[in-house]
Amino acid sequence: MTQNLLPLFIIIPLAAAFLNSLIGKRIKGFPDVVSAVATFALAFISVYSVFLLKESGTLVYKVGGWAPPIGISMVMDGLTVFMLVTLNLIAFLISMYSVNYMEKYTDKWIFYSLFLLVIGGMNGVVISGDMFNMYVFLEIAAIASYALVAFGTEQEELEAAFKYAVMGTVASSFILLGIVFLYSFTSTLNMADMAMQLTGKGASGIVRLAGVFFLMGFGLKSALVPFHAWLPDAHPSAPAPISAMLSGILIKSLGVYAIIRIFFSVLGASAGILNMLMILGGLSMIMGVCLALGQWDFKRLLAYHSISQIGYVVLGIGLGTPLGILGGLFHLFNHSLFKSLLFLNSGAVEYATGTRDLRKMGGLKGKMPVTANTSLVASMSIAGIPPFNGFWSKLIIIVACIQSYHFIYAALAVIGSILTLSSFMKVQRYGFFGESKGKANVKEVPFFMKLSMILLALVCLSAGLLLLPLFYDYFLKPASDAVLAGRGYLVDVLGAI
Amino acid sequence: MDDPKKGMTLIVKTITRLTVGLILLFGIYIVSHGHVSPGGGFAGGVIISLSFIHIMLAFGEEAAFKKVNQGIASLFESFGAILFITIAAIGMGSGYFFLNFLRKGEPFKLFSSGLIPLYNIAISFKVASGLFMIVILLMLLKIPKKGEKQ
Repeated sequence: MTQNLLPLFIIIPLAAAFLNSLIGKRIKGFPDVVSAVATFALAFISVYSVFLLKESGTLVYKVGGWAPPIGISMVMDGLTVFMLVTLNLIAFLISMYSVNYMEKYTDKWIFYSLFLLVIGGMNGVVISGDMFNMYVFLEIAAIASYALVAFGTEQEELEAAFKYAVMGTVASSFILLGIVFLYSFTSTLNMADMAMQLTGKGASGIVRLAGVFFLMGFGLKSALVPFHAWLPDAHPSAPAPISAMLSGILIKSLGVYAIIRIFFSVLGASAGILNMLMILGGLSMIMGVCLALGQWDFKRLLAYHSISQIGYVVLGIGLGTPLGILGGLFHLFNHSLFKSLLFLNSGAVEYATGTRDLRKMGGLKGKMPVTANTSLVASMSIAGIPPFNGFWSKLIIIVACIQSYHFIYAALAVIGSILTLSSFMKVQRYGFFGESKGKANVKEVPFFMKLSMILLALVCLSAGLLLLPLFYDYFLKPASDAVLAGRGYLVDVLGAI
Repeated sequence: MDDPKKGMTLIVKTITRLTVGLILLFGIYIVSHGHVSPGGGFAGGVIISLSFIHIMLAFGEEAAFKKVNQGIASLFESFGAILFITIAAIGMGSGYFFLNFLRKGEPFKLFSSGLIPLYNIAISFKVASGLFMIVILLMLLKIPKKGEKQ
């Protein structure tokens, strides 16, 4: 039975997390092995599910054998598979990187337990077909990530974690409130069934109110501009692998994915919502990059760029045209690649030199060739230089803007891209080129850190190939089709039961 | 346990000594009857952990740690979680994740409703030890202020 793959996305990370906390403390090296094996298995299954989806179409899993409107369901459609591949691929590479990087912290097993809990939560959010179940997994991922931000337990980290926890909890409350209103209106929590009830009942003020709550809640989770204040504190404070995971995949699965799933598949994307998404996206795009320009802290600069790049993703999706949605989703995938790579680079630099201040680095190109070259690849990707992956997705978004006569947004996207380029010129100039200013005896980082950075850089280089017809039909097309179908989601899901 | 300098007054200690066993038993009752009456793994787990917290408040931390220390609590917490997910995953053997494959028995009897009592027990392990650990942390952990040495 092929459906039995679906619950594995939740069972594997949760079981590995608790196994880690049970015996990871007692056996040295056990946490490394368990989490590497678990994340590799997840990455393998998610890549396999791409082919499975192509073969058998949308899959629905009935948890406990109860049919959907009554029981909880798990749904795997094009968008879910797309997100699962993104999540688990990055998670595997990050877990490999942590083997060496986390040596400097005590209690590695706590780190790995929380890390696997976050992965389990994110997979759960993505694969769940039930509104309240999605909220529960969202809380699992969010609460574990609050603890991870505070992992270093320094003054500054605890402060950032507290801020993140307070704002994240406010966001979760709004999401819960939105779910409560929708539940009271439709008397169901299953997303497909809810979409059907809403289609039957037509427009209503309460649905619009729930929509506003969702926009606030998930907007805060994905750090769109008026709700972004927690991100520049929280993301740099965490250990580098966690920063990579928070910026690379957490804000996308808890924020952007949930926005797409709820606004497109359940509530049905109206012109007002799309407009709102475009405004928020455009605003984040420009604000994020402007705030990043003045930063000298490497990780803080990257955190501000996350806000800006999420703006591109949301702008593309907010356009609502096939090309715009394709561009938005492709940029989501690309951003998770190059932003995790950049955070891993910053971690490698911190590991070797002990500083995050760009003014104190300099001349690392000769001493740390792997880190310097992979960071060059990532910088070129995020700035949108032609052969790299970021160029293609930004190009698609800009063309989609022009195609639907949104010239101002197209201009903003171009300006944002130029400012991003200038900001990363600064990183390269001060960090890796120029003459050395810091410690003299800087060495290249250990093997597993190098390996995961090289693998990410290779994927960054080759991800543009996903637009070729050969791969496009397998990966990007099912995802953008699933978004474009809107409330067709319910036909999909009810047909697959 | 009877160090007069630690913990609260003699009255509190005497009352605690009389009631703490009852509280523990009541917690176990709530857990085991979770599927036939109000309550369940979470509520029962909270009551079980309260009995240990009660000892800690009345007699001081050392007395409570003699019964359950952090290591054991942590072990039970992980064990509860892994027990829960294992029971859920065993259901996959007969078809579905979380499938209740045992005989359901007669309604309103103690031994009925298949796997649900087992889930309740797993949850009570997790909740009881988790809550106990939280209280320990709140009592023991002090974060130094800026400039102050730990």
